[in-house]
Amino acid sequence: MEVTIIAETTGDSLHPITAQLVGAACSMGGTPTVVCPGGIGSGEASSISGVNKIISAEGECFDSFDSRAWANAISPLCEGVVMSSSSAHGREVLAQIAAIRQIPVIQDATGLEGGIRITRPIYSGKAIETSVVSPPCAISVRQNSFESPGNDGDAEISTVNSSSDVGVSVREALAKANEKLDVSEADIIISGGRGMGEPSNFSHLYEIADVVGAAVGASRAAVDTWDEIPHGMQVGQTGKTVNPSLYIAVGISGAIQHLAGMRSSKYIVAINKDPDAPIFGVADYGIVSTWEEALPILKDELAKL
Amino acid sequence: MTIAVLLKQVPDTTARITISGGVVDEAAVGKWSMSPYDEYALEYALQLKESGGADLIAITCGPARASKILTDAAAVGADSLIHVLTEDSGMDSSNVQSLLAAAIGRVGADVVLCGKQAADTNAGSTGPGVASILGFTCVGMVSEVSTDADGFIAMRMGPSGNEKVSVSKPCLFAFDKGSMEMRRPNVRGIMMAKKKAVETLTPSDLGVSLIDSRVSLESHSAPAEKPPGQKFEGASSVPTVVSKLRDEANVI
Repeated sequence: MEVTIIAETTGDSLHPITAQLVGAACSMGGTPTVVCPGGIGSGEASSISGVNKIISAEGECFDSFDSRAWANAISPLCEGVVMSSSSAHGREVLAQIAAIRQIPVIQDATGLEGGIRITRPIYSGKAIETSVVSPPCAISVRQNSFESPGNDGDAEISTVNSSSDVGVSVREALAKANEKLDVSEADIIISGGRGMGEPSNFSHLYEIADVVGAAVGASRAAVDTWDEIPHGMQVGQTGKTVNPSLYIAVGISGAIQHLAGMRSSKYIVAINKDPDAPIFGVADYGIVSTWEEALPILKDELAKL
Repeated sequence: MTIAVLLKQVPDTTARITISGGVVDEAAVGKWSMSPYDEYALEYALQLKESGGADLIAITCGPARASKILTDAAAVGADSLIHVLTEDSGMDSSNVQSLLAAAIGRVGADVVLCGKQAADTNAGSTGPGVASILGFTCVGMVSEVSTDADGFIAMRMGPSGNEKVSVSKPCLFAFDKGSMEMRRPNVRGIMMAKKKAVETLTPSDLGVSLIDSRVSLESHSAPAEKPPGQKFEGASSVPTVVSKLRDEANVI
């Protein structure tokens, strides 16, 4: 079964999801070709174990992000099952490739089996959908759902020149408010809720995040209450859906919208002074304490590791 | 300028989702609402209309109950309402995309706004798919949009932060959470909206022949219940939890 993977990049290198997509493709018996938009990461991609070949798609149309231009340029290079990351950009390009190729598209798969049987969360994780589709089709995959294969590959790289009409031009790139790690990228997340009392108290979360290389997130209540906490930090149904290895919820009661966005985290730690807070229902390790007492100890203990 | 806004009715985000006989039980949904990201699209569609003197057409695709959100859109200022009536459009979003694209073509809209994804399926395929069918430029993850000399200026989330982009017509904007919440209707708006006609169209009215869904649903299921966690009293338990994270969970 032919599988075409659209590489996801971050800066000048491959995003880890690209190797996970190769792992997903191989797990359902596919033979993956990786297309690298703009040629970025083609060298890295060729060393991923199991990759059949690399297409380095070069052209001015990849200089900035215009999903229609990307889809028009990438679509002719695709065969069989087309796969991408379920990031916002990945989905946008994939949906247009599916429309161009007139193939069905299933977004945000967390499980795949040969056949093709797909599982994916719906209603922000309040339910799981299992469906069956046959190739050709398009499937985007959620980060951290599949293991990356090794790095002993040596796939051949072929270069194609792509061109496509670009309809979006970037006038101004606004610097990020801070260079902090984004919650959707992080393997460890520490989030604060309204229980933090004041937005300035999030500094305690940032201190711990720095110790373990975590991203800082927030509940919707915190984002809605305090202007200082931007929406980009929001985890939950109208924010980001995350599945890190470790999620630490501090002063978050656990509204259903928040649980929907983080319940698929591998391990959840909850720190809350209310022993009846719903967040304890999903926590692997619950600590009934005020954050004022717990966080300094947590920071010290993590620093000792 | 003719603006179309695409709206979807979904179970309210506070609603409990129950599974019955292997599928989500829609009859048990306590409250249906406009999908949250669509609300931002509607608010910015209203702002575009007010700044440029345009016609704003609200379009939904779905069963009979969905017309309620069109009336809600009229209450805040949508000029005309189109309901593409479908009972079951299948698992594959391509039918919905074809129907919406045909409805947009029928009204001659040159700019389309929608949410980046619906709160039920969470897919995010419809907006880009509709743009592709119509040959419109597609801009996703948008938080603001305004008119510019010959097109639009939009704020979107780019690969490394927010970007201000310029886009010319025809185009589609898929909204992330916007900078401004949707306005609330006033009493007059609500009264006027009750009288506003909803144009109901069937797939054949739009000249669209539905295709058999190429994706078949096997089942819906409840998310796997986690085994009950361990709970500790007081901040003095923090070192115990940290050592469990290291030795039991192996995550740090």
